[in-house]
Amino acid sequence: MTYVVQQTLLYAVPLMIVALAGVFAERSGIINLALEGIMIFGAFAGVLFIRIMQNVAWVLDAASNKAYAKLQLLEILAMLVAAVLGAIFSLLLSFASVNLSADQTIGGTALNLMAPALVLFFVRIIANQNTLQMQEGDSASWFMIKKTMLGYSKKDNLGFLGNTFINKVYLATYICILIFIVLSIILYKTKFGLRLRSCGENPSAADSLGINVYKMRYAGVTISGALAGMGGFVYSLTTANCTSNGDVAGFGFLALAVMIFGNWKPLNIAGASILFGIFKCIAAGYTSIDINGDGKFCLAEIGISPHVYRMLPYLITLIVLAFTSKSSRAPKAEGIPYDKGAR
Amino acid sequence: MKKLLSDDRFNAVVSSLISILIGLLVGGIVILLVGLFSANLGIKSAWEGIRIVFAGLFSTGRDASGILTWGFNGTNIGNMLFRATPLIMTGLSVAFAYKTGLFNIGAPGQYLMGTLVTLFVALKVPSESVHPILIWLLAFLAGTMAGALWGCIPGVLKAFLNINEVLACIMTNWIAANFVTWMFDISDLKNVVENTKSGYIYKTTYNNVATTKMGLDKVFKGSQINGGIVIAILIAILIYIIMTKTTFGFELKACGSNRHAAKYAGISDKRNIILSMAIAGALAAAGASLYYLAGNTEFFWSTYQSLPGIGFNGIPVALLATCNPIGVIFAAVFMSMLDIAGLQLTNLTAYNEYITSVIIAVIVYVSALSLVIKMWLIKLSKKEKAGTKKEGGEA
Repeated sequence: MTYVVQQTLLYAVPLMIVALAGVFAERSGIINLALEGIMIFGAFAGVLFIRIMQNVAWVLDAASNKAYAKLQLLEILAMLVAAVLGAIFSLLLSFASVNLSADQTIGGTALNLMAPALVLFFVRIIANQNTLQMQEGDSASWFMIKKTMLGYSKKDNLGFLGNTFINKVYLATYICILIFIVLSIILYKTKFGLRLRSCGENPSAADSLGINVYKMRYAGVTISGALAGMGGFVYSLTTANCTSNGDVAGFGFLALAVMIFGNWKPLNIAGASILFGIFKCIAAGYTSIDINGDGKFCLAEIGISPHVYRMLPYLITLIVLAFTSKSSRAPKAEGIPYDKGAR
Repeated sequence: MKKLLSDDRFNAVVSSLISILIGLLVGGIVILLVGLFSANLGIKSAWEGIRIVFAGLFSTGRDASGILTWGFNGTNIGNMLFRATPLIMTGLSVAFAYKTGLFNIGAPGQYLMGTLVTLFVALKVPSESVHPILIWLLAFLAGTMAGALWGCIPGVLKAFLNINEVLACIMTNWIAANFVTWMFDISDLKNVVENTKSGYIYKTTYNNVATTKMGLDKVFKGSQINGGIVIAILIAILIYIIMTKTTFGFELKACGSNRHAAKYAGISDKRNIILSMAIAGALAAAGASLYYLAGNTEFFWSTYQSLPGIGFNGIPVALLATCNPIGVIFAAVFMSMLDIAGLQLTNLTAYNEYITSVIIAVIVYVSALSLVIKMWLIKLSKKEKAGTKKEGGEA
C-alpha cells in the first residue's frame, strides 16, 4: 500500500503541475500545445545545471560529507533553473501568438518539434550519446530523502503515514503540491487571477475596463512555461533518474488531456491526475502489489495481461468523457488572437 | 507582378519558400555558433557542416585527401524517395483533416493499427495457396480499412458526444500503441529465426510478399526505393481531385470552415466529421501499409512506450504545404531530403542529424507566421499600385 501511494504521487504530481501550466495559458486565451516541448526543454535545463554544478567545490564537498540540506538546496535551485528556462522558451509561443497573431496550434506544434531537436543536438555534442546523465551518482543517491537522514535508524517502523510520506520521497514532489495549491488560489481568489481569466473568456470586455490583454496573455503563457519546465525537470528527477534524452514519453500531451478532462479546473485536474497515477502504478507493478497485506498478490492471480492494465487509464478516460462531455466548457476566447481594433 | 503578388496561392507558395529559407539559415547559424564556441570544432568544419545541410543530397563522401566530394548519388535520392512515401501519406492524413476543420493528432495511432493489420495479413495468408500479389492487395486494403475504423473513433466521439478531438486522438494513440504491442506479443510472428531479433516482427519478404520495384532500383542503385512512392503520389493526386473537384470535398471543406453554417445549408455535419476522420485514418494507415509491404523493414513490436515519429512528422509536412495535397508531396520530399542530409552530416562530420530536426521545427514556426508574411506580400502589391495612383492611407 505504501508502494502504491508513493508511486501514484510520483506520477501524478508532475502531471498535475503541467496540466495547471496548460490551464494558466488557456485561461488567458492562448492554446498551449507546446507543453511537451517545454517539459523536454526544462528537463534538459535542470539536468545540465546539476551536471555543471557537480564540478563546483561546495557541491562536491556536500556530496562527500553527506550534507543533505545542501543537496536539497541544489535540487531546489535546479527546479528554479528549469522553470526560468521553460519560461524563456515559452516566450517564443507568446511572442508569435500575441504580437504576430500567429496560429497558436501551429506555433505550439513548432515548439514541440523544436525542443527535442535542440535538446538532442546539444546532448549529442556534450555527451556523445543520446542521453545526458548526472556526472556522477544518480538521483536516488543524491536527492532522495530517507528516514536515516532524519535521525531514525534503518530498522525503525514509522507507521503507515511515516513510511509513506517521509521515507524514500523527493522534496520536489511536496514543493510541487504546494505550488499547485498556491497557484490555484491565485487563479481563483485574487484580482490578478480574475483578470487573467477574463482575458480568456471575453477579452474585449476586459479591454474596455482597462486591463492590458496583451500583458495578461504574456503573463499567462510565461507562468505556463515556468510550470511546464519545472514539471519536466521533476518528471526527469523522480521517474527518469535525472537524465535527459529528449523525450518525455508523451507526458505533455497526457497533461493536455488531463486539463481538458478536468474541465480547466484545478481540483478536477488533481483528481484526474491521481486517477492516471493509480492506473500507471498498477500497470507497472501489479505483480507485486499486496493490497491488504496478507502476502498474496491478488492482482497477478487474476491473469489479465499487463497490456490491458496499461490501456486502462486511457480507456477509462474515454468512457468517463463520454458521460461528462456535455458540460465541458473551454475558455470562450481561447485560440483567437486578440485584435484591439476589432472592438 | 502586382497581380501575382495579390494572388492567394502564389502568396502561399512564396511564404512557404520564405519559411524554408529562414529555417535553413537558422540551421546554418546554429552550426556556425557551435563550431565557433566548441573547442574541437572549428570554422572549417562548420563550413563543411553548412554545405552538407544545404546540398547533402548530392554528397558522395570524402575523397582520399579528406575533402568533401559532390555528384549524383543514386542511393541518397532513392532513399529519400523511400522515406518520403509514408511521410506523404501521413501528411495527407493531417492535411485532409485540417481542411475539414479537425486537427488529426491521432495519425500515430492510425499508423500503428495499419501496421498491425497489414503485417498480420501479409504474414499469415499462406503464399503457397494465394498469389503474392493478391496477398499484397489484401494486406494493403485491410490495413487501410483498419486505419479508417480507428480514425472513426475520435470522429464519432466528436460528432455525437462533443468530445474534443485532440483529447480523443491522444487517448486512441496510446490505446493503439498498447493494443498493437499486446496483439504482437501473443502472436507467433516474432522473429525467432534470426538470433537476438525476437524484438522484431518478420519482414513481409519472409512470406514472399513485397512491393514491386518497378525498375526504380536500377536507376537509384543501392537504395531501398520501391513502387510505393508512385502509389503515394497517385493517392495524393486522387485526394486533390476529391477535395477540389467533387461535391463531397466541397461539403467537407464547408463543414470545416463553419460547422453551423454548413448545417444550416443542409449539409450533415455529423456525417462529414466522421467521414473525414475515417478518410484521414485510412490515409495514415495506408502509409504504414506501403512502408512495411516494401519488405525491407522489420517492425519493433514493443511499442507501448513511444509512438512512431512518422505519425507526428505528418503535421509539419501538412502545415508547410498549407494543407494542399499536391504541396504535401513536395513538402514530404523536402523533409526526407533534410533527413538524408542529416545522415550525411553524422557520417561525415562531427555534427549530428538532429540539426535537421531543428531546421524543420524553425520552418514550421515561421510558417505559423505565414499570415504576417502574406499580409506583407499583399501590402507590397498594393504599394506598387498606390505608387501610380498617389493614394494615401491604405491598410
